[in-house]
Amino acid sequence: MQVHKYDVVIVGAGGAGMRAAIEAGQRARTAVLTKLYPTRSHTGAAQGGMCAALANVEEDNWEWHTFDTVKGGDYIVDQDAAEVMAKEAIDAVLDLEKMGLPFNRTPEGKIDQRRFGGHTRDHGKAPVRRACYAADRTGHMILQTLYQNCVKHNVEFYNEFYVLDLLMVEEDATREDGTPYKQKRVAGVVSYELATGELHIFQAKSVVFATGGAGKVFKTTSNAHTLTGDGMAIAYRHGIPLEDMEFIQFHPTGLAGLGILLSEAARGEGGILRNADGERFMERYAPTIKDLAPRDIVARSMANEVREGRGAGPNKDYVLLDLTHLEPEHIDAKLPDITEFARTYLGVEPYTEPVPVFPTCHYVMGGIPTDIEANVLQDNDTRIPGLFAAGEVACVSVHGANRLGTNSLLDINVFGRRAGIYAAEYAKDADFVDLPENGENFLVNQIESLRSAEGTEKVGELRAELQEVMDANMQVFRTEESIRLAIDKIEELRERYKNVAVQDKGKRYNLDLLEGLELGYLLDIAEAMSVAALHRPESRGGHYREDYPDRDDENWMVHSMLYRDENAETEGVKGIRFDTKDVVMTRYEPMERKY
Amino acid sequence: MTTTLEPTNNTEEVGAVESFTVTMQVRRYQPEFHEEAYWDTWTIEMYGTDRVLDALHKIKWEIDGTLTFRRSCAHGICGSDAMRINGVNRLACKVLLKDLDLSKPVTVEPIKGLPVEKDMIVDMEPFFQSYREIMPFLIADESREPTRERLQSAEARERFDDTTKCILCAACTSSCPVFWTDGQYFGPAAIVNAHRFIFDDRDEGGDMRLEVLNDKEGVWRCRTTFNCTEACPRGIQVTKAIAEVKQAILARNI
Ligand SMILES: Cc1cc2nc3c(=O)[nH]c(=O)nc-3n(C[C@H](O)[C@H](O)[C@H](O)COP(=O)(O)OP(=O)(O)OC[C@H]3O[C@@H](n4cnc5c(N)ncnc54)[C@H](O)[C@@H]3O)c2cc1C
Ligand code: SF4
Ligand code: FES
Repeated sequence: MQVHKYDVVIVGAGGAGMRAAIEAGQRARTAVLTKLYPTRSHTGAAQGGMCAALANVEEDNWEWHTFDTVKGGDYIVDQDAAEVMAKEAIDAVLDLEKMGLPFNRTPEGKIDQRRFGGHTRDHGKAPVRRACYAADRTGHMILQTLYQNCVKHNVEFYNEFYVLDLLMVEEDATREDGTPYKQKRVAGVVSYELATGELHIFQAKSVVFATGGAGKVFKTTSNAHTLTGDGMAIAYRHGIPLEDMEFIQFHPTGLAGLGILLSEAARGEGGILRNADGERFMERYAPTIKDLAPRDIVARSMANEVREGRGAGPNKDYVLLDLTHLEPEHIDAKLPDITEFARTYLGVEPYTEPVPVFPTCHYVMGGIPTDIEANVLQDNDTRIPGLFAAGEVACVSVHGANRLGTNSLLDINVFGRRAGIYAAEYAKDADFVDLPENGENFLVNQIESLRSAEGTEKVGELRAELQEVMDANMQVFRTEESIRLAIDKIEELRERYKNVAVQDKGKRYNLDLLEGLELGYLLDIAEAMSVAALHRPESRGGHYREDYPDRDDENWMVHSMLYRDENAETEGVKGIRFDTKDVVMTRYEPMERKY
Repeated sequence: MTTTLEPTNNTEEVGAVESFTVTMQVRRYQPEFHEEAYWDTWTIEMYGTDRVLDALHKIKWEIDGTLTFRRSCAHGICGSDAMRINGVNRLACKVLLKDLDLSKPVTVEPIKGLPVEKDMIVDMEPFFQSYREIMPFLIADESREPTRERLQSAEARERFDDTTKCILCAACTSSCPVFWTDGQYFGPAAIVNAHRFIFDDRDEGGDMRLEVLNDKEGVWRCRTTFNCTEACPRGIQVTKAIAEVKQAILARNI
């Protein structure tokens, strides 16, 4: 086994990982480990935009942006983090422009901005043009620009290196008040080289997790096949908590039946949602901002239209996104890619026909808890020295119960940058932590037993069953009964997973084996999401309990924190401990969330 | 379950309208178990909205887990799954089965000109090496950077819009007959990415890039076969971009 030594190891080369790499790479000896070639990361799929109160086209300021973020997240956003993000947004966009990002321009040559759901002027008075964009491929441009700058700065990449385990140690320590506790420390990571099947140990002073989301827990999703929650699950297995996992965003406009995303920009540019009767139904649900209400509200409204029999199509199971009143030239200039998706995958011509759409699993608001310096926490407030996380894998928490559109591309840039800087700074003064003896054994055994297993279960089958049950029971409407169904199924699948076998017994490019390991992550994450959802008897943002339709600020204005703990049990599920964490409030008192 | 929606059934119900059988003939290379490459054939049932990628997944997940290919986004945006489908370079996730002639087997092979590692997987390093050589990043004098953004007119921005769409899938480069015979040739993708900066009025590195591309393995190797333009899943006018780079080199020499 090869052992490598770096000051900083970054896991993941999407927007967050590469933004971190640009900073860390110029300050410390840095390696980026990524299971995909950097430019294959799913940041490239983001379409609509990245917001910042540049005020290039109309009055705006970062305080309004902070407010919108807090309100959009249904008040379970940590307000200090939201403030940092909204303030640093402006430089984050300008930095990207300086790195070469080809933003669309105003007639004066400034970065152009457009409307996006939930972004308003003066605390909700009217929609504001805050999203900076590059046609409808903003994420593609961000990913390319960051990769280009990594090439410029000679960032060292290990492509198609899967990180499958963290190397952690625990030390006895005492808190200020004298109570003893176990302090976790990170020593490095274990990585699997796809080309050869060899394991590599990377010893590092700082490790940054930037492994993205976990949308593949669901069947209908805008997420890539490779978004399997690896980073979250690996941290969770090491006793690091997962925060707010019940909050999952379902994006209103996925191509019906496929889940491929049509950006909210379609509505920002004037697109209208209609039911089978042609009615602009959002007027009923959000009279002020209608189709541009936050995603959770639009998604539920759509699902409700379908449920009440007003869905379109032969099975009345979707609604329609109408762009036909827009000029074809306008559509071509602002929404070329997504109209192409409608043509390619559904054979629908958006100039003349409305596009069938239905909510699709899009974004995980929860994740590995960090503070505003991107430092990972092992409980509500204890840092793990040297361990950082940023991007969709992390929960700082700026998105609370519902992320506003364009706030994630922002998040990955602001907190990716912070993670890179703080990881490098930490590494400057820190010593390497000794590698735990035989720290790789767990993984070696896991891989060997999977490769040599003769079991009867198939990865593809178990994964499909998981995704079906999550779509049916953990989507935009949840009840105790539905969530229980999901949990029972997950427990069954976890049992059957022990009996799973892969067919590819080789070492080179064994993606069969890796899909098996990824399924293990998906099962852990699905379980965490479902247990957290069952344990929160209220409705807030993306988490909607039909049996508890109101927000309950008195009891549930808190983050949920889930721990893997052999001695605990939550909602009848063994091995999970539940705790809560206070929300950081600075200037905004919770109000009813009306649009 | 009383209240829960079941949107998952959509695909089956909609798809059930149209199902058909497809024969997939796939070029296999499994160097750990067979020295030589060979063909495998499967006949499977597929649905109206299914793509070649769905067919490959069906085989991998239900029949033969050793079938190996790269993929991620599944909607033509990440550039992972360029392959030769019925003899032409395409992204497997963008080709609908129903658009192919299903009376014959659908053939799937790895892209040409890059070393095959296993089944559809090729070594992408040489491809990215050429990309890196054209200095694919904005070169500008940082000391003259404004505090706000640099201004750029909408027209100037439009000038290089087409070549910003590239997803580095290698469909163009690996469809180029010059590249097949001379692996040293930069290839269309690298030139497209040079074009993206050469025609960006914020960039000051044009001369350096043109010099690189004026090399004997540079733009002059292009014989305007148009295979690349035809192959590009992003609809980039690749041959036109190469022609514009050639003209730029000539214009500067004068
Ligand atoms: C279709 C779509 C459209 C979107 N549009 C917008 C938008 O308009 N505006 C907006 O703000 N947000 C948008 N989002 C959300 C946003 O794009 C994502 O949340 C964000 O890009 C995530 O970035 P990331 O860097 O955290 O992760 P990713 O870009 O997903 O990168 C993850 C990286 O981790 C690596 N990785 C994963 N697991 C491992 C492992 N085990 N070992 C090694 N490496 C690993 C991968 O190789 C990859 O490089 C959109 C999302 C989708 C799906
Ligand atoms: S120019 Fe087109 S075909 Fe060539 S690499 Fe870029 S996207 Fe692929
Ligand atoms: S899988 Fe991403 S381009 Fe086909």
